[in-house]
Amino acid sequence: MSKKSYRAAINEALRQEMRRDPTIVLMGEDIAGGAGAPGEQDAWGGPLGVTKGLLAEFGRERILDTPLSESAFIGAAAGAAATGLRPVAELMFVDFMGVCFDQIFNQAAKFRYMFGGRARTPMVIRTMYGAGLRAASQHSQSLYPIFTHIPGLKVALPSSPYEAKGLLIAAIRDDDPVIFFENKMLYDDEEEVPDEPYAIPFGEANLTREGDHATIVAFGRMVKLANAAADRLEKAGISCNVVDPRTTSPLDTGTILECVEDTGRLVIVDEASPRCNMAADISALVAQEAFGALKAPIQMVCPPHVPVPFAPNLEDLYVPSAERIEAAVRAVMAYKAREAA
Amino acid sequence: MQMNREDLLQAYRRMRTIREFEERLHLEFATGEIPGFVHLYAGEEACAVGICMQLTDRDAIASTHRGHGHCLAKGVEVAGMMNEIYGRKSGLCGGKGGSMHIADLSKGMLGANGIVGGGPPLICGAALTAKVLKTGAVAVAFFGDGASNQGTTLESLNLASIWNLPAIFVCEDNGYAESTSSAYSVGGSQAGRAAGFGMPCHEVDGFDFFAVHDAAATAIARARAGEGPSMLHVRLSRYFGHFEGDATTYRAPGEVERLRAERDCIARFRKRVTEAALLDDADLDSADEAVTGEIEHAVADAKNAPLPSEADLLTDVYVAY
Ligand SMILES: Cc1ncc(C[n+]2csc(CCOP(=O)(O)OP(=O)(O)O)c2C)c(N)n1
Ligand SMILES: [Mg+2]
Repeated sequence: MSKKSYRAAINEALRQEMRRDPTIVLMGEDIAGGAGAPGEQDAWGGPLGVTKGLLAEFGRERILDTPLSESAFIGAAAGAAATGLRPVAELMFVDFMGVCFDQIFNQAAKFRYMFGGRARTPMVIRTMYGAGLRAASQHSQSLYPIFTHIPGLKVALPSSPYEAKGLLIAAIRDDDPVIFFENKMLYDDEEEVPDEPYAIPFGEANLTREGDHATIVAFGRMVKLANAAADRLEKAGISCNVVDPRTTSPLDTGTILECVEDTGRLVIVDEASPRCNMAADISALVAQEAFGALKAPIQMVCPPHVPVPFAPNLEDLYVPSAERIEAAVRAVMAYKAREAA
Repeated sequence: MQMNREDLLQAYRRMRTIREFEERLHLEFATGEIPGFVHLYAGEEACAVGICMQLTDRDAIASTHRGHGHCLAKGVEVAGMMNEIYGRKSGLCGGKGGSMHIADLSKGMLGANGIVGGGPPLICGAALTAKVLKTGAVAVAFFGDGASNQGTTLESLNLASIWNLPAIFVCEDNGYAESTSSAYSVGGSQAGRAAGFGMPCHEVDGFDFFAVHDAAATAIARARAGEGPSMLHVRLSRYFGHFEGDATTYRAPGEVERLRAERDCIARFRKRVTEAALLDDADLDSADEAVTGEIEHAVADAKNAPLPSEADLLTDVYVAY
């Protein structure tokens, strides 16, 4: 056990799995860097240094820098996965899915079903998502609901360094295609992470905090903000469950429903655009399965239905904040008070 | 193609504006005041200016993430750009786009682009508009050596060819896509690719303004005459990192210093026009001075300009909703 950053935890998961399984290869743009260049090899290790240092151990046979051709290399990962390798491809920013989505959702996702259960496509696509870096509309989106929508894909959203290592190892060992969403604002976060390999099973939510009054379900970086809001509410005598579903597909509906049954109040925090996002999905689930338990209307804390703006003051307004989460919990609490009065 | 004194002075002034703009941003970025990603065009000025000075506002260009030079060469206002880069309401895009999304449709500038390979298909569209509406306009796609490997780029070459579009594809080959060299990433050659799609390719020394200018003149004339698309393969170099903050350890030691000292496009231009007595040093020095003042003013103005208002977050998503 030692303190590791989100970045280091991901790097360690890749290294340990690659040592264990020689069929694992990494591919992506500048994941080592310096290919064919006169200067340093492994110059980048990915744009934010996440894969740095792997080249020295595994060489260019297994650490494959690609040309700027996402359709070709993401598709190649799918083809390689179907024929005996276990590729981990890096789609630098999830926004770039636009140029390679066919290979993901028509090819990799559907092989197993279309081929009558006779195919396996054990690939992982690691990708960065989320607002906060002032990276504007084409580098800041939270597109996980789109992937969650596609049958055949699994989707993981690690919310901390510990989660990142365990979920990535599970993703690599999984025999289905997994889209692994790394929040770009979390790379420098640190916490205690075991040195040995461990896998966190998909579809098992993490109840990061227990409380009696309200349930907050949050995804990715929003888990951290939800806990910050819950800390403040605790001081005001309002105690919350904070549920991190960890994976949106499969989704641990059982834990969410149990928590709603216990507290009767639900706030869902989702960084994705509000139409057809996870907050909407879970709202529908709860309305269908736990309607009778609800003491207040469900609150969704999401960005507005607009692209991510560049100007820092607008971007800060755009992303859900701990303040907005706190206000939403107070709103579900106040609703009960009004009813009783 | 003959250039008169005024053209030459304008070319010089535009190249110097780009250089000064980018060198200043390099310094300002380091102070932490500029948000987001910034990719600088310094070193590549002859390419944007040599081509764009032969275009009118009706002719369209599509740019890249490294877009400041294309904007300035196409006549986009310095102040509006600077304000945009600082995320101000007075920016060309109201602060919503930033460095990677500067656009000015009134100047035929269809936008910098955060998606590599995003521009070439758009340019097929702009060229189609020119063709269908018979405007006589041409459309120019700037794209990097990295972008040349994107499916969108290769599909666009084919589309422009079979539709015989008035399009020009300018491959700005600065040798790198981020840290990856084009020697590694490009299979075959740009000229071979152009030939494969049935269009001529001009091999151009991008450090030489006049070489760019002449090749562009030929390609533009061909497009305007309805004879179809061309490619320009322009070899050049960027002086700064891929983005501000890139340590550029993948480059050879001294690579940039040597290029700056021996091949710089602006120094070369100055030498050539003064030796040929087309312009004198005094003309050029006063252009330098004017440019410095303009950039200084734009930076000071942008730093003090108001931010977008809260209400701006929700506007401009649709024309009507
Ligand atoms: C579709 C897509 N993939 C990857 C990126 C990340 N990226 C931004 S610029 C760049 C390199 C571009 O190289 P090149 O086309 O040669 O242009 P240069 O930066 O050299 O001007 C990469 C990989 C992106 N923005 N869009
Ligand atoms: Mg390049």
